[in-house]
Amino acid sequence: MERALYSGNEAIARGACEAGVLVATAYPGTPSTEILESLSRYSGINVEWSCNEKVALEVASGASFSGARALVAMKHVGLNVAADPLMTLAYTGVGGGMVIVSADDPGMHSSQNEQDNRFFARFAGIPMLEPCDSDEALRLTKQAFDLSERFDTPVLLRVTTRISHSKGIVQLEDPKPRPQPERIPLQPSKYVMLPSHARRRAIVRQERLAALRREAENWVSEERGAGNGSVGVITSGIVYNYVREAAPDLDILRLIMTYPLPDEAVRRFAEKHSRIVVIEELDTFLTDQVRALGIETEDLGSSWKTGELDPDRVARMLGREVREIEVVKGPPPSPPVMCPGCPHRSTFAVLRNLGVEVTGDIGCYTLGALPPLSAMNTCVNMGGGVAHAFGIEKAHGPQSSEKTVAVIGDSTFLHSGITPLLDIVYNGGTTTTIILDNATTAMTGRQDHPGTGRRLDGAQAPAVDLEALCRALGVNDVRTIGAYDLDTVEQAVKQALARREPSVIIVKTPCVLMERRRGVAYSIDVDVCTECGACLELGCPAIKESDDGMLIDPLLCTGCDLCRQVCELQAIQEEEA
Amino acid sequence: MSDAETRNVLFAGLGGQGVLVVSGITALAAFRTGYDVKQSEVHGMAQRGGSVTSHVRFGRKVRSPLIPQGAADFLVAIHEKESTRCRSQIRPGGIVIDPSLPGAADELCNKWGNLYLLGILSGHLPFDREAWRQAIRSVVPQKFLELNLAAFDRGAASVSQSNGDIAS
Repeated sequence: MERALYSGNEAIARGACEAGVLVATAYPGTPSTEILESLSRYSGINVEWSCNEKVALEVASGASFSGARALVAMKHVGLNVAADPLMTLAYTGVGGGMVIVSADDPGMHSSQNEQDNRFFARFAGIPMLEPCDSDEALRLTKQAFDLSERFDTPVLLRVTTRISHSKGIVQLEDPKPRPQPERIPLQPSKYVMLPSHARRRAIVRQERLAALRREAENWVSEERGAGNGSVGVITSGIVYNYVREAAPDLDILRLIMTYPLPDEAVRRFAEKHSRIVVIEELDTFLTDQVRALGIETEDLGSSWKTGELDPDRVARMLGREVREIEVVKGPPPSPPVMCPGCPHRSTFAVLRNLGVEVTGDIGCYTLGALPPLSAMNTCVNMGGGVAHAFGIEKAHGPQSSEKTVAVIGDSTFLHSGITPLLDIVYNGGTTTTIILDNATTAMTGRQDHPGTGRRLDGAQAPAVDLEALCRALGVNDVRTIGAYDLDTVEQAVKQALARREPSVIIVKTPCVLMERRRGVAYSIDVDVCTECGACLELGCPAIKESDDGMLIDPLLCTGCDLCRQVCELQAIQEEEA
Repeated sequence: MSDAETRNVLFAGLGGQGVLVVSGITALAAFRTGYDVKQSEVHGMAQRGGSVTSHVRFGRKVRSPLIPQGAADFLVAIHEKESTRCRSQIRPGGIVIDPSLPGAADELCNKWGNLYLLGILSGHLPFDREAWRQAIRSVVPQKFLELNLAAFDRGAASVSQSNGDIAS
């Protein structure tokens, strides 16, 4: 059997492929993005970047209802967007097997919260599987499709950043042949969730959960440790590997299906041990259920409930000695910054200088909140910023909207910014919205979306016309400008703020990473420069203070020209060839 | 190196410096040599010029993809600042490979300077030479392959010239 070194995300894609998945959908989101990118490299699978996670789940549902195996992947907060169909899919069940991958982000490496999506399995009432490494991610993905079909239910495959983005050795098998599945006629009693139908399906859901609780007994792994067997650890997922490494002496009950819980296996394990410790990342999801069985578990306190676990934290949770390290007084980790030449920079420099409040959104441009740009005041969820600005206007009157600007990226606007903009028009607002159109989903690694003219499989696609779309929503004041002239950006913002009607400014310039756009590098004439710091206020990583005065790193500079525009002494010029 | 022992290599640098490229090559080389291996890294926000670390662990059986604190056998730091920041993660007797090594600063003026540091690392690790070269070939774009291989070879040669194989 062939072996390979795969990330968790690549392994999930491989597992789905081996299981004969036919349709796979997602909206990009760290740490889940590479699942669909990997799936797009296998032939015969119909993949798509959906507009958002709700649409992704709905497209996958249609495929499943009609008989095909379908997979949908998203980051943890994406499942909030898709929660509406999710809750009722637990009633309808599936046709072809359906696997929903939720990639959680404990520690918030690249997220706005660290919600524990294990609760979604319990909330919806669907089974959940949690792999502990890449190899198991591959096998569980395959088995999840079988489980889904056997129990007529969507299955939640829950992973975390440390599974998705860790590589390990996986065993490959030949993919299952993927013949076009027979189209299953859609039974209204199963799929039309009128109250009369849904009441019957609610009973089916309860009976299914009872059956799954018995099935869960087959999805555990009990391991004897090298010690005397008095202490037993109940754990799951990646954390299992930390426990195994930190405490090889302890007995472990590893739960592979973490909802529903295998009551009998847990009880038997508890009876054999005088002390039970539940080690889990984030909330006390397992702990509470184990305690509900009347089993006493060690009280670990609440300090472990935030942040990502690692071998050292787990060792401390188990009361083990940890190798103390001498913390060197050194520089703090470098924060992420906007790239040199980033087309978002000019907008945030202008907004900061105008002193307006900025209701922001999720993407690279959220970095506009950090100094020295410091030009963002809210960022909560995808699409939220547009509505925040309108809420402020509703609370404080139309004149307040002269001091507020909503900023949203192109991909985020198409994900969930259209409806709040329509809301502003419909409800008589005058709010100004800036769409930062860099022609890609930059933050997650430059994926296509409905505005780019290309699909995940590389095919050409119609590109939505943002200006026409905004006009169709009823916004009359729509203008499109380029990003690299500060005066143009400033004038556009001032004019839009003064209008007593909703305004949209589309700042349209492609992501600097996408075209590897590189003009002539600029340089600073140190004889003219007084080190006033005006150029530093742009927050460009190419501009640095040195012992010899200010300088521009020619390897980083893309020649975007912004620093020349802010230098009143004209000390910055294109470097002569 | 005894069979039961897991070896830990910590990679550090800034987003865009190729930390994930060199750690990926190392993990592949370990895999192709026949070790169990795990590699862990974080994408997303971390890539926007911020601090990036990647953990590679290999041995007979590797459990955690994360290196316990203070247990790195090797630190490969592409940036001086990141080298200082991660210094405390090295075990006593561990080896630092960073821009302060002779010749490294000059090599790091090139885009493939990270491969020079990787070459130095290769001199300390028990992987097959062919496994390294295959791994580099499968990760580095064809266009820059020769330049990268040459930088790797110069790094590897600098170890054998100075103090030979100091891997335990």
